[in-house]
Amino acid sequence: MSAHRRVFGALIRMDSVTKRYPDGTVAVDRLSLEIPDRSITVLVGPSGCGKTTTLRMINRMVEPSEGTILLDGEDVTRQPVTTLRRSMGYVIQNAGLFQHRTIVDNIATVPRMLGRSKREARERAAELMERVGLDTALARRYPYQLSGGQQQRVGVARALAADPPVLLMDEPFSAVDPVVRKGLQDELLRIQDELGKTIVFVTHDIDEAIRLGTMVAVMREGGRLAQYAPPAELLSAPADAFVEDFLGADRGVRRLSFFPAAGLELTTVPVVPVDATAKRLGAAAKSPYLLVTDVDGRPLGWSEPRDLTPGDIGTDRLLPYGRPFTPGTDSLRAALDCAVLSPTGWAVAVDADGKVLGVVSQSAIGEAIRTAHAGHAGAASAPVTGAVS
Amino acid sequence: MNGFFDIPSDLQNTWAGLIGLHLREALLPVLAGLVLALPLAQLCVRFRWLYPPVLGVTTVLYAVPSLAFFVVLIDYTGQTELTVMIPLAVYSLVVLVPAIVDGVRSVPQETLAAATAMGFGPVRRYVQVQLPIAVPALVAGLRVAVVSSISLVSVGALIGNQGALGNLLAAAQKYDRPELAANSVLTTALLAIACDAALVGLRALLTPWMPRGGRGRRPAVMAK
Amino acid sequence: MNVLDFAGAFFGDGAHWHGYDGIPQRLLEHVQYSLLALGLAALIGLPVGLVTGHTGRGGNALALVATAARALPSFGLLVLIVIMMGFGLLPVMIPLVILAVPPILVTTYEAVRSVDPAPVDAARGMGMREGRILLQVELPVALPLILSGLRSAAIQIVSTATIAAYVSLGGLGRYIVDGLYQRDYEKVVGGATLVAVLALVTLALFWAAGRLAVSPGVRRR
Repeated sequence: MSAHRRVFGALIRMDSVTKRYPDGTVAVDRLSLEIPDRSITVLVGPSGCGKTTTLRMINRMVEPSEGTILLDGEDVTRQPVTTLRRSMGYVIQNAGLFQHRTIVDNIATVPRMLGRSKREARERAAELMERVGLDTALARRYPYQLSGGQQQRVGVARALAADPPVLLMDEPFSAVDPVVRKGLQDELLRIQDELGKTIVFVTHDIDEAIRLGTMVAVMREGGRLAQYAPPAELLSAPADAFVEDFLGADRGVRRLSFFPAAGLELTTVPVVPVDATAKRLGAAAKSPYLLVTDVDGRPLGWSEPRDLTPGDIGTDRLLPYGRPFTPGTDSLRAALDCAVLSPTGWAVAVDADGKVLGVVSQSAIGEAIRTAHAGHAGAASAPVTGAVS
Repeated sequence: MNGFFDIPSDLQNTWAGLIGLHLREALLPVLAGLVLALPLAQLCVRFRWLYPPVLGVTTVLYAVPSLAFFVVLIDYTGQTELTVMIPLAVYSLVVLVPAIVDGVRSVPQETLAAATAMGFGPVRRYVQVQLPIAVPALVAGLRVAVVSSISLVSVGALIGNQGALGNLLAAAQKYDRPELAANSVLTTALLAIACDAALVGLRALLTPWMPRGGRGRRPAVMAK
Repeated sequence: MNVLDFAGAFFGDGAHWHGYDGIPQRLLEHVQYSLLALGLAALIGLPVGLVTGHTGRGGNALALVATAARALPSFGLLVLIVIMMGFGLLPVMIPLVILAVPPILVTTYEAVRSVDPAPVDAARGMGMREGRILLQVELPVALPLILSGLRSAAIQIVSTATIAAYVSLGGLGRYIVDGLYQRDYEKVVGGATLVAVLALVTLALFWAAGRLAVSPGVRRR
């Protein structure tokens, strides 16, 4: 960031904003929304709900018919439209890159418009390519030579180039495949951690909204706001049938994403190393199943106690242990998922190095879920900011 | 007695007669061009390597001035309508081949694959799938060919009064009657516009599946 | 004698290569008429096509004007204007410009219209002014198509500029018209060959211009 002043986000307040077209259709209906600074606010809803129109009214790509939009307390109609737009990054679906310009010149567009020298703008562009996870070797390429995911990263870098306080993103990741989309979402969360912009993000994908949003505004047909809440609250207390329906069937399980697995009580009793002595095996024999690990403590598989011979446990007849979870970073949802998929009903917890920390049963996880819900019912706001994956 | 529609008797024709003659001299060559262009274009689609050289030759032919074409042909076909019509057929061919090739190529691969999967043979697929979808491009080419053909017939006046309405131009100079030249230009232009409009109507009739007001891509080659 | 013999005889005759009626002089005149006509037509067609293409308004009016202009017969128009105005360069320029404006106008309009709207939206969203969007975002992408419109206009002009000779001006048409009246087919074929060669040179020049002016990102290689 060397030469650049670090610009943090700005607060956006929409007050009873309406967009009515000459033919009478109402795209957005008396929408009031306070978009907090330095956070990601997601507008989500079915197609035709006015979410994109709402976004485009913030940088006046669409002029509101009624109501006011304040940016850090100042009416957005007060300043010239081009000045306003240059203070906001804008990312759209398919990136909208300039195909006749190289990657570096695409990113340098706004700094150049703001009067920076070509060299300075290009240096800044190279810096941003690294920030969004692009190899700087791609700088001299043209957009058609990049994959869809790479193009979208360039789109984000271009929007960030002038270090604007606000970033408007209109379904930026809808056109890429799910694996690439997950990567881009992670990257966005990481960038946001570093830069602290005010990001307004439009999507029709509720999972994306819950994953990215600090606040989520669910909109419905006719441009009306159905609910505006942090994602965990959205999942636990949908305002009405429309929101509940839009969230989908398994919102109870999805909500567990917001509770960390760190609080789970692990037991090491059924865990035995592959070179366990008869005494060690005897101590563990009360458990219906034992988890066998290698000499370094990494899991190998499950076995019934009577199938094990002390000193030389055959590893070929072990049951697979499934996917383990990591209590420090994973959520209750991940832990539950492990337990459900495990052939024994026990989830395996490992540390960052993959060494077994202990195991936890389905019923113990169920107990933790009840405790978490009870704790949450007492607190007013979200238990954790942002989803734990 | 020197009115707008008073045609000098040495033209041996009435105003309406000249119009009929003009249309025949202009439209028959386009028809001939179309008949030749369809198989040639299909060959260019089938054998991709054939298209660039065909384009090269046709561009050169297109650049040969019509008058020079007429004069050279006089040796073979005399001062007749045929001498006027042969070059016009060549120009039409030149406009139509790329129009048809681009049109047929614009048919999406998935559509062709779907047709093949349903058991269409190559001929049936061409007639029932590719050609109908290429109609907008084909008609766009026809519009250019027809309008330019109608305009060029007039040049035939220079080779022994074979220019139909163009003959009025020579008469206008000979008898110093500018209104005959105006008659020639206006009538020719109106004929061109009428034929153009008829083709637009024909396209609407042939392509009920096209969205109204949808713009078909025009070919790069325009009127001569 | 066939066409090739005529051409061989024409170009083999040393007398055709110098003097007032020599090939260099006629070629120069022809190029001058063509450049002037193309320049005037571009001066009209390009700005109008760019602006209507950018705003998307007036497309129907434009199509109407283009259709009407295309319907006007070049040769008839020339004769009519000469009868009314007398001989000169202007009576030749008017039909040539009317001939060349429609392809330039329509192709430029279509070229700008066919530019992907996403980059235009992105440019507007990042605070670019309309004029800059047209010149820096739409024009570079539309350029190949715009050049193709200019190219077909140029080739039509080169071919049709021969009519200048009919109203006593110079150019390569001189050989064709004189050849017609003198029944000298050598001259006619020679003149036609020169026009065709000039058209090919025009084609090559536009190809080169495309290589130079169109961004590799648009050419995709």
